[in-house]
Amino acid sequence: MNFLIIALIVLAVVTVAQILRVFELSGKINNQDINDVTDEDNDRQGKYLLAFSFVFVGSTIAMTIGWWDLLLPYASSVHGEKVDNLMAISMIMIGVVFLITQPVLFYFSYKYRGVNGRKATFYAHNTKLEFIWTVVPALALTVLISYGLYVWNGIMDPEDKDSIQVEVYAKQFDWTARYAGADNKLGRANVRMVGGINSLGVISTSAKDARIADIDADIAMMKQQIAESSNAIKNAKREKTIAGLVKSRKTVIALELQTTPADLKNAEDDIVVKELHLPVGKQVQLNFRSQDIIHSAYMPHFRVQMNCVPGAHTQFIFIPTQTTAEMKEQENNPDFEFILLCNKICGAAHYNMQMKVVVETEEEYNKWISEQQTLTASLN
Amino acid sequence: MSAEHGHHEENFVTKYIFSMDHKMIAKQFLVTAIIMAFIGMAMSLFFRLQIAWPEEGFPILETFLGDWAPDGQMDPNIYLALVTIHGTIMVFFVLTAGLSGTFSNLLIPLQIGARDMASGFLNMVSYWLFFISSVIMLISLFVETGPASAGWTIYPPLSALPQAIPGSGLGMTLWLVSMTIFVISSSIGSLNYIVTILNLRTKGMAMSRLPLTMWAFFVTAVIGVLSFPVLVAAVLLLIFDRSMATSFYLSDILIGGEVLNFQGGSPVLYEHLFWFLGHPEVYIVLLPALGLTSEIISTNSRKPIFGYKAMIGSILGIAFLSFIVWAHHMFVSGMSPFLGGVFTFTTLLIAIPSAVKAFNYITTLWKGNLQFTPAMMFSIGLVSTFITGGLTGLILGDSALDINVHDTYFVVGHFHIVMGLSAVFGMFAGVYHWFPKMYGRMMNKKLGYLHFWLTILGAYGTFFPMHYLGLAGLPRRYYSNTAFPMFDNLTDINEIVTICAIVGGLAQFIFLFNYFYSIFKGPKATQNPWKSNTLEWTTPVEHIHGNWPGAIPEVYRWPYDYSKPGADDDYIPQNVPLKDGEEAH
Ligand code: HEM
Ligand SMILES: [Cu+2]
Ligand SMILES: [Cu+2]
Repeated sequence: MNFLIIALIVLAVVTVAQILRVFELSGKINNQDINDVTDEDNDRQGKYLLAFSFVFVGSTIAMTIGWWDLLLPYASSVHGEKVDNLMAISMIMIGVVFLITQPVLFYFSYKYRGVNGRKATFYAHNTKLEFIWTVVPALALTVLISYGLYVWNGIMDPEDKDSIQVEVYAKQFDWTARYAGADNKLGRANVRMVGGINSLGVISTSAKDARIADIDADIAMMKQQIAESSNAIKNAKREKTIAGLVKSRKTVIALELQTTPADLKNAEDDIVVKELHLPVGKQVQLNFRSQDIIHSAYMPHFRVQMNCVPGAHTQFIFIPTQTTAEMKEQENNPDFEFILLCNKICGAAHYNMQMKVVVETEEEYNKWISEQQTLTASLN
Repeated sequence: MSAEHGHHEENFVTKYIFSMDHKMIAKQFLVTAIIMAFIGMAMSLFFRLQIAWPEEGFPILETFLGDWAPDGQMDPNIYLALVTIHGTIMVFFVLTAGLSGTFSNLLIPLQIGARDMASGFLNMVSYWLFFISSVIMLISLFVETGPASAGWTIYPPLSALPQAIPGSGLGMTLWLVSMTIFVISSSIGSLNYIVTILNLRTKGMAMSRLPLTMWAFFVTAVIGVLSFPVLVAAVLLLIFDRSMATSFYLSDILIGGEVLNFQGGSPVLYEHLFWFLGHPEVYIVLLPALGLTSEIISTNSRKPIFGYKAMIGSILGIAFLSFIVWAHHMFVSGMSPFLGGVFTFTTLLIAIPSAVKAFNYITTLWKGNLQFTPAMMFSIGLVSTFITGGLTGLILGDSALDINVHDTYFVVGHFHIVMGLSAVFGMFAGVYHWFPKMYGRMMNKKLGYLHFWLTILGAYGTFFPMHYLGLAGLPRRYYSNTAFPMFDNLTDINEIVTICAIVGGLAQFIFLFNYFYSIFKGPKATQNPWKSNTLEWTTPVEHIHGNWPGAIPEVYRWPYDYSKPGADDDYIPQNVPLKDGEEAH
């Protein structure tokens, strides 16, 4: 099979080569270079270019109309609507420029296609013209920049400083959320605290106690294995593991000591869950952390995106405007869900790193959150 | 010097392999880049097959990828590896080394009137370092854990930790080594170009009489010298983090059940360093293409380029601005929102000199007598893609809008059109136009037209619909779009994209055939086949060392005296003295 394909390709190449050869030889006989561009070529290619501009502009319009419903999912946040306005204005501006310059480019190509003997116009510069097309784009850009910065500042620095605090935690390849509980203050966290069900490394006294108990159990198990085994190599390895565990134990104790009592208390009522629930119409501040590599929390419906950076804290503040139920109805799709997806290359399952986002009324939200167990409760 | 360059015996090795002649080195760069381009293109077609028909198995994938595509179904890690190496090859090996390496080498001495580059030896070293780095990059494809897979931007920690992705093991090491050698090669080359242009211009060739190609190559080389070393710095720190336990980029990492011993570093530092090269790199790729087409459009319009001084001004303006916009790639990296505002401002400013360029090209066509050589066709194509891609840049450069389209297919569509296509079209234009200068023969015109039309249709068909995918929220670097119901109705667009990519990809074989066929069998070229003004067309068709058999011609005028009123011919080469009473431009 493969051999056949190769043979076919070789045959095709040889055929084309022979045809070219014949062309070139007949060109020599007629005493002309077959590669000179003739008036006929100019005429034909000029017309093709003009035709292309119709095809190009036409298919751009067709695509835009045909795929209109796919573009930009319905904006379901307060700032999302402003972003979409900015997008619309910018798109109209670039659309107009596109629809003028492309046809002009191809029309000129067609109009001035070469004719043997005609002389082009010697036209080297025109200060006025050049001034105009420096200033006009500059003015248009001033509008775009000002409007853009206005929207950007509004998103990044909202006037209302009261937000529901939620942490969104990324790791290969899933998401976890942490709610701040009644005090609306998230406790501190550190990857060195991660263990057992404390998957986010929240620092609290009970978390420390649970961690220490785990580590002590591991050490005891290792010691017992050493006592029962006579394999020197394996035992040396186990000794090493024990040394590591002892070190972790020290780190865990130190972390708790370094945390202020207030922070320890903030952590007490934190709630860790696998689904993001948000009350509609309330401002929420998502605080992002990552445990391993950079991920990016992307929620296209809310026009929200922020990278999650290991070793750093990032955040995004917004107000959802549609509940999931409303969207199901509006989209006429009973399966509709808001989602949070990963948008920074992060490995094999990057394409499937997602979390369901549920927007609901305040009552529903309060009911849901009151049903969740605090981390402290689940640790005890 | 000329005596030495005159006729001394050469053997095969000094003529074709370790040549120090700029014309031969140019051809070496070009052929290497063509090979790399076909490899990079094949990769993109492979991963396009995967993304358009994720459930399907393709025997061809198994043929080429073997265990990495069992039953013709690509492994997710290999998808990322192919995307990474595709991007790296295209940006650096094809459009940086391939484009500048070929045409700076070929044209700088010929157009400024010099016998060769300032240092022929360093020029040779530059090519061979490029060759070695290409070979290392290709060798990394055969590493068992796969080549580098963290995207062409290789952000740490992903690129630093083999636990995170297998490609960050030996594959990434080879990538880093290859790129370091690459930067050395490119820096040597750039220094050589700068020195040559500044010092070796022939009598009368003032900077204000340089063809725009020379201005573009000169400024490109300056940008390269200023920005590439920063990439080396970024790469070196990454190497330290990977193998010497430093923490420049890493902090608080728990992976594979183990807390790593890194504290205090920041990946955002890497992003800053990378994009300090990364953004100027876009112009390192683009400016030479614009330079080549300026020359081609003027020659084939039989008209001076419109606004020569404004064109130089905009090249300089773009070059300057390109150094203060890098963080527009980082609006959602978590950096200060205030900086986001600043970089939005500087980024959108670049639109002004870019607009000037586009308008000047269009005005050059106006009232011309256009000769549609294949080179001219590709140049017009470049103006079109440059406009299209430049316009979508206004969306991405606006931080508020970028929040929602960052890292989606909108970006992939944008940069392929504005930098990928523009630069590739410029490169094709250059090859068709200067082929007679390189090989003394002509390329076939008809095949050139066919190549152009299939390429522009395939290319726009591939990259234009990607904007719609991006606006629908489809992220890039996804191995499959099947995990989200919200993307289910995008499959049609994805299939169209892939089909167009295949058409465009196959069309490149027409070029390949035309190129190699014409080297051996093309009709013999005349000395100045396009009736052009620049000095390279005053050299003999057969290459000789030192370029001109006698004295180097002297220059009396700017390069764009086409269709000058009062002259008999519609072109007056630069080495023709002004007639009595003739006004210099
Ligand atoms: C045959 C023509 C080409 C096709 C079909 C193609 C297709 C693609 C696609 C679909 C992606 C995105 C994959 C993803 O994010 O999942 C991509 C990435 C990329 N391509 Fe191309 N491309 C082509 C030519 C080029 C050229 C000429 C350049 C030169 C600038 C280029 C540079 C890149 C870069 C820099 C990336 C980003 C790689 C990354 O995400 O790390 N490509 N290409
Ligand atoms: Cu991720
Ligand atoms: Cu940039």
